[in-house]
Amino acid sequence: MFAFLARRLLVLLATLFVASLAIFVVLEILPGDPALLILGIEAQDDTLAALRAQMGLDRPAPVRYLTWIGGLLSGTSGISHTYSVPVFELIGERLAVTAPLAVLALLLSTAVAIPLGMFAATRRGRPGDYGVMGFSQIGMAIPNFWFAILSILVFAVALGWFPAAGFPGWEAGVGIALWALVLPAVSLALPEAAILARVTRSSVLETLGAEYVRTARAKGLDERRVLWGHVLRNALIPMTTILGLQFAFLLAGSIVVENVFALPGLGRLIFQAVSQRDLVVVRDVVLLLVAVVVVVNFLVDVAYAAIDPRARRAG
Amino acid sequence: MNKLLFALAFAAALGTVAVPAHIAQAQAKDSLTLGFTLEPPHLDPTAGAAGAIDATVYSNVFQGLTRIDETGAVQPQLAESWDVSDDGLVYTFNLKTGVKFHDGTDFDASDVVFSFDRARAEDSVNAQKQLFAAIETVEAVDPSTVRITLSRPEGALLFNLGWGDAVIVAPESAENNKTNPVGTGPFKFARWVKGDRVELEAVSKDQPLQKVTFRFIPDPSAQVAALKAGDIDAVTNLNAPEAVLAFESDPGFEVAIGSTEGETILAMNNTRAPLNDVRVRRAISHAIDRKAIVDGAMFGFGTPIGTHFAPHHPAYVDLTETYAHDPEKAKALLKEAGAENLKLTLKLPPPTYARRGGEIVAAQLAAVGIEVEIIPVEWAQWLEQVFRGDDFDLTIVSHTEPMDIGIYARDKYYFNYDSPILKAVIARLNNTSDPEARDALLAVAQEIITADAVNAYMFQLAKLGVWRKGLDGMWRNAPVQATDVTGVSWK
Repeated sequence: MFAFLARRLLVLLATLFVASLAIFVVLEILPGDPALLILGIEAQDDTLAALRAQMGLDRPAPVRYLTWIGGLLSGTSGISHTYSVPVFELIGERLAVTAPLAVLALLLSTAVAIPLGMFAATRRGRPGDYGVMGFSQIGMAIPNFWFAILSILVFAVALGWFPAAGFPGWEAGVGIALWALVLPAVSLALPEAAILARVTRSSVLETLGAEYVRTARAKGLDERRVLWGHVLRNALIPMTTILGLQFAFLLAGSIVVENVFALPGLGRLIFQAVSQRDLVVVRDVVLLLVAVVVVVNFLVDVAYAAIDPRARRAG
Repeated sequence: MNKLLFALAFAAALGTVAVPAHIAQAQAKDSLTLGFTLEPPHLDPTAGAAGAIDATVYSNVFQGLTRIDETGAVQPQLAESWDVSDDGLVYTFNLKTGVKFHDGTDFDASDVVFSFDRARAEDSVNAQKQLFAAIETVEAVDPSTVRITLSRPEGALLFNLGWGDAVIVAPESAENNKTNPVGTGPFKFARWVKGDRVELEAVSKDQPLQKVTFRFIPDPSAQVAALKAGDIDAVTNLNAPEAVLAFESDPGFEVAIGSTEGETILAMNNTRAPLNDVRVRRAISHAIDRKAIVDGAMFGFGTPIGTHFAPHHPAYVDLTETYAHDPEKAKALLKEAGAENLKLTLKLPPPTYARRGGEIVAAQLAAVGIEVEIIPVEWAQWLEQVFRGDDFDLTIVSHTEPMDIGIYARDKYYFNYDSPILKAVIARLNNTSDPEARDALLAVAQEIITADAVNAYMFQLAKLGVWRKGLDGMWRNAPVQATDVTGVSWK
C-alpha cells in the first residue's frame, strides 16, 4: 500500500510540474498586452512602458517563470494586474463561494442519483425504470444555463422565494448565504445527477447478474442486504470514477452557472481574468484547477484501493 | 454560442409573457441599488481606462476642479471659479474652501498640484495622459488658488479637467485608491465585495440617498430578472435592447432612452489598397443602410450618424444624407475605382453592436458585390491586431470618449487617416477657447472627414436606462461614463 501511494504521489507531482510549464507557455503565446487592456486606446507609449515595468512584464520569460514557481513554493503570491491585490487572497475569497457550491451540488446529485439508479436497476424494464431513465435523459439534455435562467424566472421573479442573482457573503449569515446558493447548486447538480443515475443503474445491473449475488441470495439473505451489502459495494468502482470526474467538473464548470447567477466565484474570476489578460490570476487559478483534478484522481485511485484490494497491486 | 443566444432570447421572451413583475419588499427610501454589467478592476480613475471605474466613483467619490454635467457642459466643482489670461495660456482657479477628503485631511491647492504632477509624471500610469499634454506648470499661489500655465493654448482644458482621469487625489491616500478610494465627493467608499458589489455611504446626513450599492451582474437576462425580482432598483444601461420593450409596458418601471458619446463606426484601414481610394470608401458608405443596422442589431435603439460626432452636441452637423443608402451608386463608384469583386476582412470585437451589426453590414456589402470575411476577435486581440498592429481591412467599434474628433488629426491612429487640412483645423481648435469659434471649427472638421469618407459612420449608441418608478434625478444621457447619483432621490 505504501509503495502504491508513493508511486501515485510521484506521478501527481510530475503532472503538476508539466502543467505549470504548459500553462506558462500557453499564456506567453496568447495574444494581448495586459498594459494596453488596462490603459485603453488613448494610452501613450511611455505610459504603457511605465505600467509594463511596474507589472514586471519587461523581464525575460524564464525569469518570470522561475519567480512564479518560486513564489508558489514559498507561499507568496503574485499581485493581480487588474485588482492590485495578492492573487491568493482573491482565490481564497472566490473559493469561499465556489467550493461550497460544488460540494452542495455534489451532495445533491449523489443523494438523488444513487437511490434513483438503484431503484431503476431493481425494476428493470418496468415503468419505474422507464420513468427514471426518462428523467435522466431530460436531465442530460437540458443545458444547465438554460435551466438556471428558467429557475430564476420561476423561483426568483415569479415566486420570489430566492434572490435572482448575487451572493450576500458569508458574513450576512450562513443561512442567508446558503439560501442564495440553492438555485445555482440545483442547476449544477441536475445534469450531474442525470449522468450518475444512469451509471449507477448500469453498474448495479451488471453486478446483479454476478455469481456471488446469486450465492448471496442462495444463502438466504434478504433482498435489501443483498442490494446494499453486496451489489452496491461492487458497483461503486465506476460510480467513484464518475464522481471524481464530476467534482473536478463542478469546480471548473461552474463558469457558466456563476455568470448566470452573478456569483463571485472562481469560475467568474477566471472568466474575467482571461478577458482582462490578468495572466497572474489566470495561471494561478488554472494551476489550482489542475491540482484539484490531479488530487481528486489521486483520491479516486486511493478509493479504488480501499474498495477493491486488487487495485493496490495493479496500480 | 448561437445556442446560448437562442436560449437567452427564449428566456427573455418567456419573461415577457410570464407573471407580472413581482415587487419584493419595499425598499427603504434612502438607499439605492444599481445593476451593472462590468465590475471595475479597481477604483482609481487616475490609473486605468476601464469605464466601469468612472461609472462607480466619478462625481460620487472623486471630484475634479470642474465636472461634466448631464448635458455634457462644464460646471465648477472643486474650483469655484476661474480666470483665463487673454493669450489663453494661464488659468487661475479659485478653489472651494472647507472641503475635506474622506480620511479627514483638508483639501487645498497643494492637492491639486500633487494630482496633476502625478498624472503628468514620467512614470505616470494615467490612461489619458494626453489630457495634460499642454500643461507646462501647476503652482499653488496660496492654499485656495491654483495657477496652471500652458505651453500652448488648449481650448478644451476646462472640459479635460472634468474627466475622471483628472480628479483630485490626496498625497496621503493616492497609493491605496485602487482598493480604498479616498476623495472629496458626497459619498465615501464603504466596502467592496469583489465579484459582487461596491457599497458607498453618504458623508452628510443631508444627502437624500444614504447608501448606494453598485451590483455587478454580467448577464443581461440576469439583470432583467434582478430588476423584476426587486433585487436591484435600476440599470443605467441595459445591455439587452430586446428586453427594454418589456419594461416599457410595465407600470412599475420607467424607461429612459438617452444618448451616449459612443459613435459606432465601420472603421476602414485608409492606407491599405483598395481602401486608400476615396471612391471605394464612399462606395462602402453608400452601401450601408444605417436604419436597417439600428433596427436589426439594436432593436431600433440608436441614432444614425453621418460623421464622427455626437448628435446631441450643439456643434453637430447632420451629414447622414451625404452617403444615403444607395447600392446602385455604391456599385457605380466601385466600378469607377476598378474595385469590383472586392474581398475584405471585417474584424468584430465582442460587444453586441459589433457582432450583430457586423452580420448586417456584411450582408449589405455583399449586395453591392463586396465579399466580406467576418473574423470575431476578443478585445485583447482587437487591440493588438487592429488598434496596434494595423492588421485589418474593416472593423466595427464604438468610440466612447467624449469630443474625440481630434483622433483624426493624430499620426498613425489605427484607421491611418492623414490629412494636412484636418490637422490644421484641429490645431486651430486646440488654440481656440471661444465657444462659438470652437463650434464652427468642429463643424468644419466634421465636413472634412465625411467628405473623405474616412470611416463609414453608422449610429450613436443609445443609453437604455431602466429604473423603478419614483426614482428621481437619474441621468438620462451619458456624456461621460459616470453614474452621478449625487442628485438622485426617491420621490
